[in-house]
Amino acid sequence: MFILDHLWIIIALPLLGAAINGLLGKNFSKPIVNSVGIGSVALAFLSFAELAREFAQLPAGQILEPKSYFTWITAGQFKVDFSLQVDQLTIIMLGVVTFVSLLVHIYSTGYMAHEEGYYRFFSYLNLFVFFMLTLVLAANVVLMFVGWEGVGLCSYLLVGFWFLKQSAISAGKKAFITTRIGDFGFTIGILLLFWTFGSVDFVTIFKHLVGAPPDAAASTGVLTTICLLLFTGAVGKSAQLPLYVWLPDAMEGPTPVSALIHAATMVTAGVYMVARMNPLFSRAPVAMFVVALIGALTAFFAATIGLVQTDIKKVLAYSTVSQLGYMFLGLGVGAYASGVFHLMTHAFFKGLLFLAAGSVIHAMGGDQEMPHMGGLRNKIPITFWCMLIATFAIAGIPGFAGYFSKDEILEAARSGPNANIGLWLLGLIGAGFTSFYMFRLIFLTFFGEPRYDEHKVHVHESPYNMTVPLILLAILSTVGGWVAAPHLVGGTDYFEKFLHPVFATYAPAVAERAPEALESPGMMLFHALTGWPVLIALAGLLVAWWFYIKSPETPKKLADSLRAPYTLVLHKYYVDELYNAAIIQPLLWISTNVLWHVVDETVIDGTVNGVARVARESGSELREIQSGNARSYATWVVIGAVGVTVLMIGLWGMVR
Amino acid sequence: MQSHLLSVIIFLPLLGLPALLMLRSDDHTWIRRIALAVSLAEFAISLAFLLPTFDSANSGYQFVENHRWIGDAIQYHIGVDGISLFLVLLTTFLTPLAILCSWNSIHEYVKGFFVALLVIETAMIGVFVSLDLLLFFFFWELTLIPMYFLVGIWGHTRRIYAAVKFILYTMFGSILMLVAILWLYNLSGGASGLVRTFDLPELASRLQRGYILIPAHTELWLFGAFFLAFAIKVPLFPLHTWLPDAHTEAPTAGSVILAGVMLKLGTYGMMRFCLPLFPDAAHRMAPLIGVLAIIGIVYGALVATIQPNFKRLIAYTSISHLGFVVLGIFSFTTISFQGAVFQMISHGVSTGALFLGLGMIYDRRHTYEIKEFGGLVNPMPVLMAFFLFVCLASLALPPLNGFIGEFLILIGVFQFHHAWASWAASGSVLSAIYLLWSYQRVALGEVTNDKNRTLPDASGRERVILVTVALAILFMGVASPLFTHRMQAATDSLVQQTKGLPRNDATRPPQPPALAAGQTMLLAPPQPLAQPQLLHDRSLASIAARTVQP
Repeated sequence: MFILDHLWIIIALPLLGAAINGLLGKNFSKPIVNSVGIGSVALAFLSFAELAREFAQLPAGQILEPKSYFTWITAGQFKVDFSLQVDQLTIIMLGVVTFVSLLVHIYSTGYMAHEEGYYRFFSYLNLFVFFMLTLVLAANVVLMFVGWEGVGLCSYLLVGFWFLKQSAISAGKKAFITTRIGDFGFTIGILLLFWTFGSVDFVTIFKHLVGAPPDAAASTGVLTTICLLLFTGAVGKSAQLPLYVWLPDAMEGPTPVSALIHAATMVTAGVYMVARMNPLFSRAPVAMFVVALIGALTAFFAATIGLVQTDIKKVLAYSTVSQLGYMFLGLGVGAYASGVFHLMTHAFFKGLLFLAAGSVIHAMGGDQEMPHMGGLRNKIPITFWCMLIATFAIAGIPGFAGYFSKDEILEAARSGPNANIGLWLLGLIGAGFTSFYMFRLIFLTFFGEPRYDEHKVHVHESPYNMTVPLILLAILSTVGGWVAAPHLVGGTDYFEKFLHPVFATYAPAVAERAPEALESPGMMLFHALTGWPVLIALAGLLVAWWFYIKSPETPKKLADSLRAPYTLVLHKYYVDELYNAAIIQPLLWISTNVLWHVVDETVIDGTVNGVARVARESGSELREIQSGNARSYATWVVIGAVGVTVLMIGLWGMVR
Repeated sequence: MQSHLLSVIIFLPLLGLPALLMLRSDDHTWIRRIALAVSLAEFAISLAFLLPTFDSANSGYQFVENHRWIGDAIQYHIGVDGISLFLVLLTTFLTPLAILCSWNSIHEYVKGFFVALLVIETAMIGVFVSLDLLLFFFFWELTLIPMYFLVGIWGHTRRIYAAVKFILYTMFGSILMLVAILWLYNLSGGASGLVRTFDLPELASRLQRGYILIPAHTELWLFGAFFLAFAIKVPLFPLHTWLPDAHTEAPTAGSVILAGVMLKLGTYGMMRFCLPLFPDAAHRMAPLIGVLAIIGIVYGALVATIQPNFKRLIAYTSISHLGFVVLGIFSFTTISFQGAVFQMISHGVSTGALFLGLGMIYDRRHTYEIKEFGGLVNPMPVLMAFFLFVCLASLALPPLNGFIGEFLILIGVFQFHHAWASWAASGSVLSAIYLLWSYQRVALGEVTNDKNRTLPDASGRERVILVTVALAILFMGVASPLFTHRMQAATDSLVQQTKGLPRNDATRPPQPPALAAGQTMLLAPPQPLAQPQLLHDRSLASIAARTVQP
């Protein structure tokens, strides 16, 4: 039980790697940077493996107490420990984070091989892993917030890695600031959490809730407020409406960063947080509905933008926003395990999609525009096959990972305890769009005639340190969902079963639902394979095939006939422009012209300087009296004498 | 047995003066070395003797020293508690850095410059440890003179305007405070004809126990006079306009001292005087002060965002950050008090660090205009990397120091007033905006101005400064209990003192149970006393006996 007792080792390793590479890496040769960078994450992954082994040996049903290492903040009644905890949810997250991180580190040795600041890149990546693992392992909400903000910092540093490029720096800044707007709500949520429960430890808070009758621990109104505030943080971090605008811009960062941070791990932090807080959310139905609503709307909205993007990474970025929406939809309708399941499969297939896109961009010599590609499938076959598998997975083709998780979410939205047909419909249409834009990407990139200049662009397959991670992820994108496969024939969903303690231990008491009448396994499988999600995924595939293989002139005609909506979607609904015109510019204008020039300089300083001027001028007026002129002095004497006399007479009169 | 440690710490910087004054005024090397040596010795003493022997379980004053000074009423009474301890340490920590950062940037009247820095150190420590109102006032005024010269002589183009503005603003508050001190002295005998006194613990004790009964409106006036003096120093909106000018014109060391320590004289004064002496007035005025503090947080941040001058920008951020401290103080909870003290220290270190870094840039380019820069990270990667680190601390990124202070304040304020905390929390969004935006324009991108292309990176001396502050920032963020643990007793007792004064108004019983449990009352409740005495502590009894002889 070594790692279980010393959980800090898992997060200390990448921190050490970051420190070594960050402080000393400048003088290291590449192999040393690699072995420090990859080595630390590989060790973290091995520690995770050992942790999982030890965890599996625990007696069933045992709940581990958080391990507290030292007191980090203390003041009055407020106390935050550096304490870590492990449960099933943590295990899943740790596995995803360490494994995908390891692959991305390896991939980066190929992708970033010729970049300036190689050591800096690996130092940032390691630092990211450190903060992400802190976020996942934290046993209290403040420590979780440390990881939360820390991954935001690393995102800022890595998106702006090419710091000579203004667009990259601005994107990094935008990512940080936009997520901070969400964190504003998160912070107040933490304040309210402490005020309500007198603690910030997850376990303490959850124990308060359990057993107490509703409204005894905290009124539903307070719980709803807490949940909505916490969810605001998730909206920022996981790029949901209306704070999603930073994620597409974040594609300015190097592609491995997009894969790791902006697809597989960091952006799912919001999903993880809501899942972690499930005992609170489960008691706040209104907040749950908001989560589901935002999720479904985002899933649909972002998918529509993805339909028309031409930059390969931008398509994937909007796709990520959309897929995160599905995860929140799953959580919001009460299917926590399905939401987390989709988080995991998404980490595999979306991580793969980004890494494969990186391989395509690598092959194209840096070009990201799909209209410049075409016919690449024979030139870069490994990349092609891997990307195709990932596309099957994300589109929800039966048998691939994404099919299982997305199907579960849509199923829960249609018939679960908190089902909502409207949201289900949004999700379903979004799934059709997903299938369409992903196959559009495949067809535009890998099929048809080459549209690039073959004399200038020498397309080549990526080196093995890039393709091996692709292949590993492709395998997981296929088999990663099979743990839920028996469910299709009425059997156990092993993923859900594994996570069950996390979502059941502190769950509110609910009336037992009557089990639905079971069909025969064969009929169930038939229904699962011919359900709406599958049909609409196939429809998306067919339309994409029609548009981009069969009759390539259709999209253009369609765009021409639907000029106005097409322009609207192409320009992403002008949301960035709207924010700029409605919020940023007015704020800057008011700050400059009202607050600074009027309030500060005119009103306050004007008053201060005015008082000073009056003092100075009255002083110089009074100085005139002392003119040195004897006659004027004589005059003053007379005036004074008369004045005193008058005064005396007056006083005397008053006394009398 | 009186400890003389604090006296040593107060006056050690002055001991360096004869040595400095004896040197030839063009012997710059030795002037600097001696100034640095004195300030380092000062820091070493405060770290090696003050900190380890401080008893964190004791809520009262420690290392107390008490002598007759002027007449019978005015004493040389000094001591530290958990609130002032770290402010003393902050002063002794920042002064060597301020001296070190001025190593090569001061060319005129070098001797006078370092003399001024050492005098200001003495004066600031004096303010933090004074327990006698007039002694406090003496040191308070003493801080002004060297700072006036620092800005007025070694400042930049509009230095005279800035120095005069600084002195007039502050003197205005000081005069009100002096009047209030004298007024309080006159009231201090109380109905029972006790010996009148300027002694702070004695005054607080008499007020708290009802020996001095002051009408509510008098309390309000007294509070107002003290508060105004402190609010100008902080500075609280709308009394802040001296600060951007003073910072913009001050030399780097002046800004470090000003932002690092001098602004905290104001917030310290609020905690030390306004709350325990006039708790009811503080409660009555809290709604107004809280709103002004919040306006300061938001306003300071917004105006900072659009400043074209980098130093002015940082100056405005101080208004925003100090707004948090004031808010914490006027929320009257132990958490918010500790947050406020922590934030004072933390702001001192990180804003001090921002000015230090800015000074290094100024030494190279002789301008603070943001548009003159761009892409500085190319010629100066080390310096700008540290600058980013400090910016992150300043925008309250966990686990750095700024986060701890802000978060504790927010948690504490939330106990008192939900909406205040929520408004204040918006400051963290705004700080990300102004810091990251200005950092982008100054440090990132291609070098746009040819003058910046060949700037040298941080020198060895500069690296020492940068690494020191960076380590302090990280240490404070990770090991905050080492700080807050020592504040706990003092802030708990402040919470008790802030609960309110006994009154003989109709609204309150004339002899309320103001006595906290376990506190021993030295005397019976106010009634004509045969032998008037001082109440506070036994060490004063001898003075009292001497004084009372008819």
